[in-house]
Formats: sequence, structure tokens, C-alpha cells
Amino acid sequence: MLGLSPDEVGILALSLRVAVVSVVCSLPLAILVAYGLARFSFPGKTLVDAIVHLPLVLPPVVVGFALLVLLGRRGPIGSLLDEWFGIVFAFRWTGAALASALMGFPLMVRAIRLSLESIDQRLEVAARTLGGSRLWVFASITLPLAVPGIITGTLLSFARGLGEFGATITFVSNIPGETQTLPLAIYTFTQVPGGDAQALRLSIIAVVLSIIALATSEWLTRRSSQSQGDDRH
Amino acid sequence: MIDIDIEQQLGAFHLAVKFSAEAPIVGLFGRSGSGKTSVINAIAGISRPTRGLIRINDAVLFDSAQRIDLPPEVRRIGFVFQDALLFPHMDVESNLLYGQRLRSPDDRFIEEARVVDLLGLGALLRRKPKALSGGEKQRVAIGRALLAQPRILLMDEPLAALDIPRKTEILDYIERLRDELNIPIVYVSHSVTEITRLADTVVVLSDGKCLAVGDVDEVMGRLDLKPATGRYEAGAVLDTRVKAHDAEDQLTTLAFDGGELIVPHLDAAIGERVRARIRARDVSLSIRRPTEISILNVLPVNVAAIDDETGPIVDLQLAVGGSTLVARITRRSFQQLGIRNGQELYALIKAVSFDQRSVGYA
Repeated sequence: MLGLSPDEVGILALSLRVAVVSVVCSLPLAILVAYGLARFSFPGKTLVDAIVHLPLVLPPVVVGFALLVLLGRRGPIGSLLDEWFGIVFAFRWTGAALASALMGFPLMVRAIRLSLESIDQRLEVAARTLGGSRLWVFASITLPLAVPGIITGTLLSFARGLGEFGATITFVSNIPGETQTLPLAIYTFTQVPGGDAQALRLSIIAVVLSIIALATSEWLTRRSSQSQGDDRH
Repeated sequence: MIDIDIEQQLGAFHLAVKFSAEAPIVGLFGRSGSGKTSVINAIAGISRPTRGLIRINDAVLFDSAQRIDLPPEVRRIGFVFQDALLFPHMDVESNLLYGQRLRSPDDRFIEEARVVDLLGLGALLRRKPKALSGGEKQRVAIGRALLAQPRILLMDEPLAALDIPRKTEILDYIERLRDELNIPIVYVSHSVTEITRLADTVVVLSDGKCLAVGDVDEVMGRLDLKPATGRYEAGAVLDTRVKAHDAEDQLTTLAFDGGELIVPHLDAAIGERVRARIRARDVSLSIRRPTEISILNVLPVNVAAIDDETGPIVDLQLAVGGSTLVARITRRSFQQLGIRNGQELYALIKAVSFDQRSVGYA
């Protein structure tokens, strides 16, 4: 396919799966957290804000290590998840997705929160007086108006997921076909003699992927601002 | 029927307002910071009073004694905000239908076609709010509030953000609503012109309290409300009917309880009710009936009250038949003429001091 070897296709497919799953699963939570931070003041808000931003400032390896300790098979949370639900993150691609989601989460929350904060809240009040319940107003007014931020946040998190290295390799190791995503594969090839050509091919794939993601988000943002009657573009 | 009796603490501002009013248009009048917006926010359920009762017709919207506090979405209050607040991601038609879609068909009494026709929105339906002028936005906002099938329409300074031609346009539309739909309107404004043109009953608010409630011509002529209504704008409102048109000179004669007024031509039918607002500073006084002057309106009046504060200005309340006028003269003239309570005088009003904005159709 496209002059790619089966191995390369496998790496690409795994990377995309990890990034997509991490984004799709973290998006609802990110919207919820962003909404909470943007609209409400509650005790411990600063703490929640700090925890959300932690992955942004911690070394990724530390995040990966923390995941390993907590969610590893014998970790306090990991063992319970395994026992009760049969869910295992350690050394699985789902663990790579979890690591990606965690690393991209602050970027996602920040972008969505900014977008939510720029919405004139009186629009929501107006919608309430017209008969909309809180939930309906959120779905019909707040969410559509936050779409630009949601797109930006999704892209940032997706790109972060595609490039995630430190937390992934620490948490789920570097298992070909299971947890070896693009960056891990590139790193592996640079570590073996004569692997430079392979590393270069995979790097080009990574660059192309990033450009496609960027262009898609740009296109979506433009469409959503057009639908809001914004003719600046 | 609107019954309000609420108390609310907003920072250092204490709101304690109590009034009942029943009229096609109730004007909520007061300067900025007087508590007007707090009152309608409480009616709409946007803010919650600490104590009190809010009742529209038979529906109790808020009653602290019975622990009733309906959320805004079930109060059925049409709220028109100062700056329209249209939803930017929807076109005009979706904006209009936003509220209608949320009401059960049993509650519907105004159809979309009716509103579109009444407010002249036909050509705008597919447009986005950003492509509308200020006046068009406000018309859409009014239509959107109406289609939510409200018990009552609350308008919070709906003209404040518009220029004068747009103001006149929206005022005309509001009068059409009053005449054609049977929905009571609470109109909030700090503008004497708007209130006297539209409102039948006026509630005057000042400092979070209700100073006066009554018919617009009675309340606006009261001298004691001057601090609340504003010095510059002081004046009276006459309830008149069109008596005759003079096509040649383009003048209209208005008859009221106490005499007649000649004003520049009005586009109104003979017999139609017209509300004429006469500013206190446009009224001059004379001891004897003057002759050979340019002023067309000379009315015999009785001095009913004197507002004799210190300062260069004296305001006089004048009785003309069953109507009231207010005249503003200098203290020097007041003393030179030796004016006292009950004295008979002649009030002089230039016909040209009336303009379209000071005359409204009731």
C-alpha cells in the first residue's frame, strides 16, 4: 500500500488506532472538565486545574512510571481493574492509548476551556428564557459555539498522541505489533546498525500524517466559523 | 395583571420593590442603577430574590413563602435584551423557531407566519445574525421571544443600542404588537420619550424602590418625581384625540380635557387617540392673554403646585381642565410675575416644539 511494507502499514495502523482511541475516549471528559473549570467556582478548583495540567509540566517518563506503578498488573488500581472488569492496560495497546490520552488531556482542556470562556453567557440565559433546559441549552448553544476550541483541542491532543514517546515506552514498553507506535519504531531503528533508512521512511510518514491532521483541522475550523457567519476567512 | 413584591440584596444595593400593574404596556422607568433590570431579571428567573412574590395573571412564578421558584425555561417569559443576543450559529429562521420548538403545540397561540409578517422578517429568514443591521437584529429578537409563546414580553432597553431612525422603526413595530397581539409588555427604559410614547401605566423606580405607579399622564406630570425622572426631561403627557387637520398649513388640532392643541401635521385619523408629551421647558407663562404673538397654543391654566427649590429654576404644575401641564421658568420670572398657588395664568406652547418623537399613538 502506497509503497509501504506490511510492517510499516502495521506500525502506522497501530499509531492511528492509539491516537484516535485516546482522543475519542478523552474528548467527553475533557469537555466536561473544561466546562466545569470555565463556568463554576468550587472548592479545590485550583487543585483540579493543577492536576489537569500536571502532564504538561512533568517529564513524560515520570507520567509513564506513575501509570506503571498505579495501573500495572500488580498496581493498586491495575489489579482491581483486572479482577473486576478484566481490563488490562499494562503492555497492551490500550495502555499506549491511555498514556497518549493523559499526555494530550491538558492541551485539549485548555483549548476547549478558552473557547467556552469566549462565549457570551447571556446567550445561554436567552436560550433558557426561550424554554431550553440547562442540558438542552448546553447541547444546542454552548457546545456548537465551542466547536472551534473542540477542533483545536482534538488536533493538539491527536498530534500529541501520535508523537507520544516517554510515557508510552515507560508504561507499556516497546512491543512490536502491540505497543510499538511510530516514534517508538523510529527510535528502535536508530538503535540498530543500518536502520537509518527505515527510520527516515517512518519519519516521513510521521511528517505527512501531521500535515494531514493540521490541514483537516484547519478545514473544519474554517467550515465551523463560516457556519457562524464569520466572513473573515 | 402583574404582581411584584420582592426583596433582593445585590452587593451593597438593596432592592425592595412592590407594585401591581395591569395595562397593555407597563413602563418600568428609572435612571441607570435604579433597579429596573434587577426587577425584570427576577421576573424572568435569571436572578433569585431573597424574599417575595412574583405573579403574572394567575401564574405564580416565584413565592418564597411557598418555596416556589420556577426555572426560567418554564416561566414562559419572552425576554428581549438590549443587544438582541441572537444565536450566531443559527440563521434567522432557526433563531425564530428556537423557542417555539420547545413549547408543546397546546401552548402555541402565535404562528411563525404571523410574526414574520408583523415584524417584516420575510426577506431575512435565511440570513445569519452577523449579516443583519442593529434594527433587524432587534426585530428578530422580538420575534424569537414572541414565538416562544410567552405569557408576557419583557423588553430591557431594547432601543438603547440603536440610532434614532432605527429607534423610531422599532417603536412603530412595538406599537403594532400591542395593537394586534394580546400580550402584555413590560417595557424597561430610562428614556422619558420612549416611556411616554409606549406605556399606559408607569412604574417609577429609584434606588431599588418603587416611587410611583400610575397612568403615564398622571405620573409623568408629578413634580415630586423629578429627581427620578430627570431634570432635563421633566414634562407632562396629555391624552388627546385628533380633532381636525388643516391641509393647507399642514397642522393638526388635538382636543383634550382642558382645551385644544395645534401641532405640526400628524399622520393619524380624526378621532384617533394620540399621546402628546409637552416638556416643561417648552411651556411659557403670561399673566394676561397675549396678542400678536407667533405662539399658536395659548391655554388658560391654574397653578396647582409650585416646586420652589433653591436655584435659578422653578417648576410649576398647572391644571388645565382635567389635565396637567408642567412649566419651567426662571426664579426671576417667578418673582417678577408674583406667581402664587391657585393663580390663573396663560400657558404658551409653541406648535413647533412638538415633533414626531414627542407624539405617540395610543
